Amino acid sequence: MKFVDEFRNAQLGQALSGEILTELEPGRHYKVMEVCGGHTHSIYKYGIDDLLPENVELVHGPGCPVCVIPMGRVDDGIAVARNEGVIFTCFGDMLRVPGSENTLLDAKAQGADIRMVYSPLDALRIARENPDREVVFFAIGFETTAPSTALTLRRAKAEGISNFSCVCNHVTIVPPLRALLESPDLRLDGFIGPGHVCTVVGARPFEFIPLDYGRPVVISGFEPLDILQSILMILRQLSNGRCEVENQYTRVVPHEGNLRALEVMAEVFELRPHFEWRGLGFISQSALRLSDAYRDFDAEERFQVPGVRVADPKACQCGEVLKGVIKPWECKVFGTACTPEHAIGTCMVSPEGACAAYYNFGRYAREKEAV
Amino acid sequence: MASAASTDREERVLQIIETARAKRPRFRDEQITLAHGAGGKATQTLIEGLLAPAFGIAELADAGVMENVAITSDSFVVKPLRFPGGSIGELAVNGTVNDLAMAGARPGAMTLAMILEEGLDADILRQEVDAVARAAAAAGVAVVGGDTKVVERGAADQMYLSSTGIGFIDPRAMLAPHKIRPGDQVLVSGPIGEHGTAIMLARNQFDLDAEIESDTCSLWPAVDALLEAVGAELHCLRDATRGGVASVLNELARAAGVAVVAREADVPVSPVVAAAAELLGIDPLYIANEGRLVAFVAPQTADRALEALRGVAGCEQAASIGEVRGDPPGMVLVQTSFGGRRVMDQLVGDPLPRIC
Repeated sequence: MKFVDEFRNAQLGQALSGEILTELEPGRHYKVMEVCGGHTHSIYKYGIDDLLPENVELVHGPGCPVCVIPMGRVDDGIAVARNEGVIFTCFGDMLRVPGSENTLLDAKAQGADIRMVYSPLDALRIARENPDREVVFFAIGFETTAPSTALTLRRAKAEGISNFSCVCNHVTIVPPLRALLESPDLRLDGFIGPGHVCTVVGARPFEFIPLDYGRPVVISGFEPLDILQSILMILRQLSNGRCEVENQYTRVVPHEGNLRALEVMAEVFELRPHFEWRGLGFISQSALRLSDAYRDFDAEERFQVPGVRVADPKACQCGEVLKGVIKPWECKVFGTACTPEHAIGTCMVSPEGACAAYYNFGRYAREKEAV
Repeated sequence: MASAASTDREERVLQIIETARAKRPRFRDEQITLAHGAGGKATQTLIEGLLAPAFGIAELADAGVMENVAITSDSFVVKPLRFPGGSIGELAVNGTVNDLAMAGARPGAMTLAMILEEGLDADILRQEVDAVARAAAAAGVAVVGGDTKVVERGAADQMYLSSTGIGFIDPRAMLAPHKIRPGDQVLVSGPIGEHGTAIMLARNQFDLDAEIESDTCSLWPAVDALLEAVGAELHCLRDATRGGVASVLNELARAAGVAVVAREADVPVSPVVAAAAELLGIDPLYIANEGRLVAFVAPQTADRALEALRGVAGCEQAASIGEVRGDPPGMVLVQTSFGGRRVMDQLVGDPLPRIC
């Protein structure tokens, strides 16, 4: 595929891998966090870990929009979906995320009309085609997907589609990063910045990381060469004693972000005072809800939702895993109470989470290290 | 640097995981979801945890063998009924024939049951009966009996087909998962993912237009050619239907207690399938096929087997995509085109229900 294969060139990958070696300080162990779940996905898909020296460790961050949804919100979604006459729409990977008792997939099997969509505009189309049904979109994601929800709501309003509403679970990336960075036991050397979020918000919101916390950030694309190059750029900052936000993904990310997207977001959303993150607890001003002008489209206003907070189990140590303080297997419930089939914490929910990855591939990864 | 105590602890945790994995899965679900039909983990739990113990056999396969006779059942619920490159009637014949062929059996005869929804357009039925007749003639299998039921409108979706096939084990064939050995080469009979992609696009969910046809076809000619070329050196066969090539490799790695290492760069994928998969975020190795087989052959005969396969119409792009190793048992690893490695696990969810 043109414009794709170029960024997956194995020879260039080997060359970058060699350059990474030259930037390392002997005896030092480096921990670099990729913030975004999309990067985690690429790292697994292309086996990027294999191209890194043993003392460069990638830590999977809190940027998987599916894994961070707390159980109580899933319960709310299921409650809405079970209303008579409702067509409930969401992205496919949301279907398997456990609530306190069920997943959306279970609710679907029990008779709720739950449909997978690839875009909120598909949900709006379903609403247009079914004027006698209430169509609800369960919106999730960071600033990457929030503009498309916002545009969809703006269009629904303009067209006067009254049978459409939205459960808004959009979250913002900076507050959880700040929460991680505030942690006194943080052991991260640098951050691979979330390229797609940055196409919307730009590079500036991440400047606090080098300024306030002294950690380099490199905004990265999602192809394997992008990620390797970004790791190299982080290591180079560390070895040169620099600490700043750099943009590896210049072909897509403008420094100022996407002003029109930010504008429509500002029109449709407002900050929630606080929002709960699975594994990280409550973080203030970390999520979005619909603004007054769009309150009519808020499914949480239109339907009765339980709104009950379901606490993460006490023994779950996802927070520490995310901060790189402990390894997955050091968590008290790992592998016993918490497994991919019956996940407790955010890191086990998605196959890309650190714990699920270790559960599935840990033995193999260890043997590889031993070779 | 890990201390000795933490290493012990890690080892204990890994041991717990391995013990849990080695256990026969128990079917404890409260209800059936679409995932149980997707060919991945939930399907495996259903088969190994409910069906196999109930029928008192260690492992259920698509086709059962009694002396020199292979017998199989299959059912078809594809939506839409017609799609580029085929239709439900054609799938019913080829699916049945292929289950037999994978057991090394020459297809002989089949029966066909139809469950029809009240109100179905009779022309659709005529078309599909005709499709069955043509596919059966092409595959050299006789349709010798059947059954028809009609259910109320809404109790079925247009038309479901169910078949039973019977075939005769070819004397050249010695096929079984336990015959797979480290060193065996893994072949596929052509470009993968075309059936699943054709169905996906035919549903018009994605506003994507592309020229892609289902790969549905009888695989007996390919099996016949492989047996002729290498006989008993052909160790095991599977058609890569639901869950795609990845699921077949996982199933056989587990059954044979071996590792399979696939070379991503060698897997034939047409540009259209690659592009659609890229856009939709799906790995072609997990996309369903209806006319592609995966063959495990002894290393010294792999070239001969591949040459024979490529001589069969429709299999010109057959390729060697990987090999069997001893460790780590039960796992499928992929050597990525980029030069890394990843574990290719069983499918957990269902990317696309009702594809066959």
